[in-house]
Amino acid sequence: MEIDPFIFRLSIFMLSIFIGYYVVWSVTPSLHTPLMSVTNAISSVIIVGAIIAGLAGNTENIFNNSSIFGFLAISLAAINIFGGFLVTQRMLAMYKKKKKDKQ
Amino acid sequence: MISANLSAIFYLISGVLFILALRGLSSPETARQGNFFGIIGMVIAITVTFLSIGSFSTGFAYVLIFLLIGGLIGAFIAYKIPMTAMPELVAGFHSLVGLAAVFVAISAFLNPEAFNLGSPGDIKLGSLIEMSIGAAVGAITFSGSIIAFLKLQGIMSGSPITFKGQHPLNALILISIVVVTYLLCSTQSSSLFWILLAISFLIGFLLIIPIGGADMPVVISMLNSYSGWAAAGIGFTLENTALIITGALVGSSGAILSYIMCKGMNRSFFNVILGGFGAIEQSGSSGSKEQRPVKSGNAEDAAFLMKNASSVIIVPGYGMAVAQAQHALREMVDTLKKNDIKVSYAIHPVAGRMPGHMNVLLAEANVPYDEVFELEEINNNFANADVAFVIGANDVTNPAAKTDPQSPIYGMPVLDVEKCKSVLFVKRSLSPGYAGIDNDLFYKENTLMLFADAKKMTENITKNL
Repeated sequence: MEIDPFIFRLSIFMLSIFIGYYVVWSVTPSLHTPLMSVTNAISSVIIVGAIIAGLAGNTENIFNNSSIFGFLAISLAAINIFGGFLVTQRMLAMYKKKKKDKQ
Repeated sequence: MISANLSAIFYLISGVLFILALRGLSSPETARQGNFFGIIGMVIAITVTFLSIGSFSTGFAYVLIFLLIGGLIGAFIAYKIPMTAMPELVAGFHSLVGLAAVFVAISAFLNPEAFNLGSPGDIKLGSLIEMSIGAAVGAITFSGSIIAFLKLQGIMSGSPITFKGQHPLNALILISIVVVTYLLCSTQSSSLFWILLAISFLIGFLLIIPIGGADMPVVISMLNSYSGWAAAGIGFTLENTALIITGALVGSSGAILSYIMCKGMNRSFFNVILGGFGAIEQSGSSGSKEQRPVKSGNAEDAAFLMKNASSVIIVPGYGMAVAQAQHALREMVDTLKKNDIKVSYAIHPVAGRMPGHMNVLLAEANVPYDEVFELEEINNNFANADVAFVIGANDVTNPAAKTDPQSPIYGMPVLDVEKCKSVLFVKRSLSPGYAGIDNDLFYKENTLMLFADAKKMTENITKNL
């Protein structure tokens, strides 16, 4: 008997939860705010679904009632992707070590 | 056009890059590289999606336009936002992830052919279940985050909003979500799909209004987790590995952060979620308590104490963020260091309005991160320090958490500030903190209260040093 592909996806999902568990515990507490902003950015990979949804309209009618939601979702996710990564970058650039040569 | 197998491999690669992005955050040195991995992962995922669709129709131009509009807004916000507003920003971003998940689910429900999920009215059962879960969790994330955003922004009062029958009502709605999902999956009725979305929006709203401002670290982490689960639900629907991996990562990340925040307050997750904390306790005890003497001082006294100290520990809290005092604080510390006084910073896990809030503000003010310590790392040092400078923190220093079993915060880990030779407490007034309880520290022999705005007081102290 063949295994339903759903089971494979479920396996990926379960194992990823465990990876997430161990990886996140190793994040230093001082970087918890960048952690939240970067998880925001990466969870917006939902944009791949939005792109498929947006392009589902046919050529005569690009904006039908289903694809318009896709287009809106593209913009929302894009705000998060750009905003999330850039604000994380901005924050991380501020974390500096003590200067060796003290004035 | 690339094959489905090839694109699945690329999605897997971008999932792995996202894991590395989080892995990088284990230390500030590797964090920037990690963020870079995250960006690469995102570029791969988007490019592969374009390639897998293949035919470059006019729709593509619109996709790019919408992408660009969102991107510009996002970039603009990222550059303009002040660091003190990070909690609001993150709450706002969560709401967008939630809404995007809802929109993708709606689109998939209306046009399942585009996603190979069957036809309208005859969607594959498994996909419909996944879609409903993704949509419901997304809707809860959206409306919950909006409330969190309004509370953090101060547009909505930060105090808990409670009413009679709140918990039974919430329980009823949660049960009805399950019932509607079941009916939706058995009948495929589109009106049930809209009802499901409506009640999910409603419950997100109702779940967050009873939770007070200082419990926001838990709420934000929880919504972070929800946004992950919503993404994973959609990932299952779209059979997309990158989305499933990311959803699981974000979901467990948010859950761990909520756990850490709850532990920092010694409260159970349910105690926080049920809300109403700090709203009622206040009225009973405050009237009966007699006025106790308090020693208050000015900037000169504070400067004198610090000048004669050999080590100072700074304890920042939300008040520092409100007063935007981080830069003034660092200037004060620079002057102290010039006088060969050892300075370190002590951060309580729930200081501020989101996990790591204080660390970011101190980093913004150019405080080196190796001078900033977590509670466990520094708590033993208070006994050897000469001065503790508490700026904008309150409940996290309250010794009642260790000594008074009647206190609502009893058992919460606190910073042992009272063990210092002297304590300087910058505060606007004697008003109780978020928990609605008095802080014994105010009345201690070795405490000097500095009643003023945190920023002004810090600047004045620097002048007097």
